[in-house]
Amino acid sequence: MELNINGIQHHVDVEPDTPLLWALRDDLAMTGTKYGCGLAQCGACTVLVDGQAVRSCVTPVEKVAGASITTIEAIEQDDLGKRVVAAWVKHQVPQCGYCQSGQVMAATSLLRQVPHPTDADIDAAMVNLCRCGTYNAIRAAIHDLASGSTDGGA
Amino acid sequence: MVNGLFDDASLMQQGPVNLSRRRFMLTSAGAFVLGFGLPARQARAQAAQGPKYRGTQVPAFLEIRPDNTVRLQSPFIEGGQGTFTAMAQIVGEELDADPSTFLVENAPAGDEYAVMDSGMRITGGSMSVRNGYPAMRRLGALGREMLLQAGAQHLGVPVSELTTQPGQVVHVASGRTVKYGELAHVAMDLPVPDPASVKLRDPSQFRWIGKSVKRLDIYEKSTGKVDYAIDVRVDGMLHAAVQHAPRLGMTVGSIRNEEQVRQMKGVHSVHRLPGAVAVVAERWWHARRGVEALLVNWVEAEPGVASDIRVMPADFSTEEFRKHLATVSGKEENAETKGDVTRGLKNAHTVVEATYFSQYVNHGQLEPPSALARYNPDGTLDVWLPNQAPDMFRADMARRTGMDAEKITIHSPLLGGFFGRHFLYDHGSPYPQAIALAKATGRPIKLIWTREEEFLRDALRPMAAVRFRAGLDTTGCPVALDVVSATEGATEGLGTKRGKDLDPTALEGLTNKAYDIPDRRIAQLFVRNPATLGYWRSVGNSMNDFLYETFLDELADKGRQDPYELRLHLLRDNRRLTTLLKAVADLSGGWKRGPFTAADGSRRARGIGMASPFGSEAAAIAEVSLENGRVRVHEVWEAIDPGKVVNPAIVEAQVNGAIALGLSQVLLEETVYENGMPRARNYDGYPILALNQMPRVHVKIVESGEKMGGVGEPPLPAIPPAVVNAVSTLTGRRIRSMPLSRHDFAS
Repeated sequence: MELNINGIQHHVDVEPDTPLLWALRDDLAMTGTKYGCGLAQCGACTVLVDGQAVRSCVTPVEKVAGASITTIEAIEQDDLGKRVVAAWVKHQVPQCGYCQSGQVMAATSLLRQVPHPTDADIDAAMVNLCRCGTYNAIRAAIHDLASGSTDGGA
Repeated sequence: MVNGLFDDASLMQQGPVNLSRRRFMLTSAGAFVLGFGLPARQARAQAAQGPKYRGTQVPAFLEIRPDNTVRLQSPFIEGGQGTFTAMAQIVGEELDADPSTFLVENAPAGDEYAVMDSGMRITGGSMSVRNGYPAMRRLGALGREMLLQAGAQHLGVPVSELTTQPGQVVHVASGRTVKYGELAHVAMDLPVPDPASVKLRDPSQFRWIGKSVKRLDIYEKSTGKVDYAIDVRVDGMLHAAVQHAPRLGMTVGSIRNEEQVRQMKGVHSVHRLPGAVAVVAERWWHARRGVEALLVNWVEAEPGVASDIRVMPADFSTEEFRKHLATVSGKEENAETKGDVTRGLKNAHTVVEATYFSQYVNHGQLEPPSALARYNPDGTLDVWLPNQAPDMFRADMARRTGMDAEKITIHSPLLGGFFGRHFLYDHGSPYPQAIALAKATGRPIKLIWTREEEFLRDALRPMAAVRFRAGLDTTGCPVALDVVSATEGATEGLGTKRGKDLDPTALEGLTNKAYDIPDRRIAQLFVRNPATLGYWRSVGNSMNDFLYETFLDELADKGRQDPYELRLHLLRDNRRLTTLLKAVADLSGGWKRGPFTAADGSRRARGIGMASPFGSEAAAIAEVSLENGRVRVHEVWEAIDPGKVVNPAIVEAQVNGAIALGLSQVLLEETVYENGMPRARNYDGYPILALNQMPRVHVKIVESGEKMGGVGEPPLPAIPPAVVNAVSTLTGRRIRSMPLSRHDFAS
């Protein structure tokens, strides 16, 4: 199976129905993308597929062969992703950090589609779970990025 | 991966002391890392000299690198609460080194890191900063003293002529400076000065303590660069997944399709474990698929045989257990008495009786439990796992394996959330299974529990049914209070035997309330739980302050009192709490109970909750409305008084987090058992708070200057009662249980 991940072509020797998450983690040693629930409930495994936020724990690799996959490892190679990370740092968003790879990917996807999201847009898009309760910091960081008043800080 | 020098303490014991310090070791990964510290036995001997000064073995804690970065071995684990940053602030303040130059790691197991007053080492109970504060300040000051002495040698001047600036020793007279990084190799071989001799910095001169210093781990956590236990890999490693018996106590009978599963792609081997089966594979996905395909005939536990296990009965249901708790009679053991409650109730003008309930809840930390175990050719064992107490876990591994504890190295990566999850729970962690599988296969094993297995074996926050009886005087003020909680505490719920004394975690939050009610009794009616119990953020307070504070509002209503004014009255002689309660009311723009119509046209009301958990004080106000029969929380104002504060920004983040978890509990969470099994095995059946349910949060930190209290847990317990009291005001209905999703407000 050929996968285009972060602009690099990778060959992975897995069955076509293997979830992308486990190809990333176990075959490619890219562990920045996290396993949380395996049911697309929590969003810790979020990656971008052709710019869209996708739950990699329920996405078979055969579905994304030929697509352009972006993981947290390459998020700063993307201008918008780099700004999102900078805003995360400025707003000191993470606590334990385990869900934050997914949150950063989800926020990048949202801002790509809706550069100036309302609270309702954020509510609808940012459905990833955070047990530490960093939600208000996430919302503030996204508004900050959307306002254009800052480059995300840092 | 990192091998600590403690692996071979006996070897080091034979060498001169200065050879045992700060030596670079080549790791299997090919990178240079440092081994730390004094040989374990030597440190133990020193620790045994007396408890007056803990954590004084400076070279065990500190390494200052040639580039002037400071590597600190923290006695407390980072799991999101910001303790690594706080430790850098505290040590840096006295060492005279900017916290931003610190690299903080979780220290290995070892007595020298037992800096808590208790002589133990646990990250929990909101203890880290308040309990580590004196020792870590002293540690920094001792380190600075050693650097000054090394500076005197280096510059050839008396130490009395030297001072420091951040990261360097300064000879003011000549204007010469020398960086810590250049002195460290000499300084750390000097004898540690007498801990009693060091002078600590005057708090008025603090540069970092008390300031909102940026966290040290934010960039890495924002870019997926942190390795949690689940991310660790070692050469030659195999992956494992398990399927547990549906009920604790059951054992593996036969496996109906073992040979078929063994033939599945990628499967290495199939294993029988106590109360579980496992599949080992080259990839975890194969292990998971294999283990979920196994068809196991589970055998019921033989009554009385497994005395060390809480055998889960086949008919256990939380709904039935709740009824049992509400009606059971038995010995009532008094935890707190004042005055004469019998007389107080008899003389009361009105007596109010009600039973309130708390529910089981899961930890739900986002990182599923995992453990990586590797036996080394020299007979030693390395284990990587999320944990809140390395020494306790190592001792448990020694007990299970029969190995000498010093041959076991515990690695404690950052925690992907814990909330009490990573304490030592029998049958609640994968490491015994990972160790057994590593032994059986002769290969390093990384075992990850699926979310479903986690929900099956998580240790639960206890349930309680609390029977309140209160007496009101003619003015409607409570004058007598009798409280009997049918429950089992988290601590006594860890084992299978009850302690001699009452478990304080069972009743905390019913006990130690500051309200002036002259005649009162708080008692426990012990009821053994079939489920395994554990610590959940703010422990007993997580439910007991809800139970107490909502009943207090019920009393206020019965006595026709305003709940805010009643609390002020009952706290009239307590300046600290009066100040705090007024602070939260001011923060909310003045106490306004409602119901009232908000700007958006919705009907809203506000409620209050207070709590005195973990050495701190908290007061909260919540504003709620109903949307389609569901409770919506719009605003939460919370004032917290932890006495003194090390990092206000981290405190505010912790308050936000505790509010989120408190709301999640009161709005949504309930672990339901039917037929001896949890109904929910993933977040789809056990919803937790999401971003669109998070209210605006307003935090006021009140520094009373009282003894430093905890921060991670104390903001939680006031939240559920604040919300429920608001909902009762809004709906006119008394609500006596959580979660609110159990109640239908549409009608």
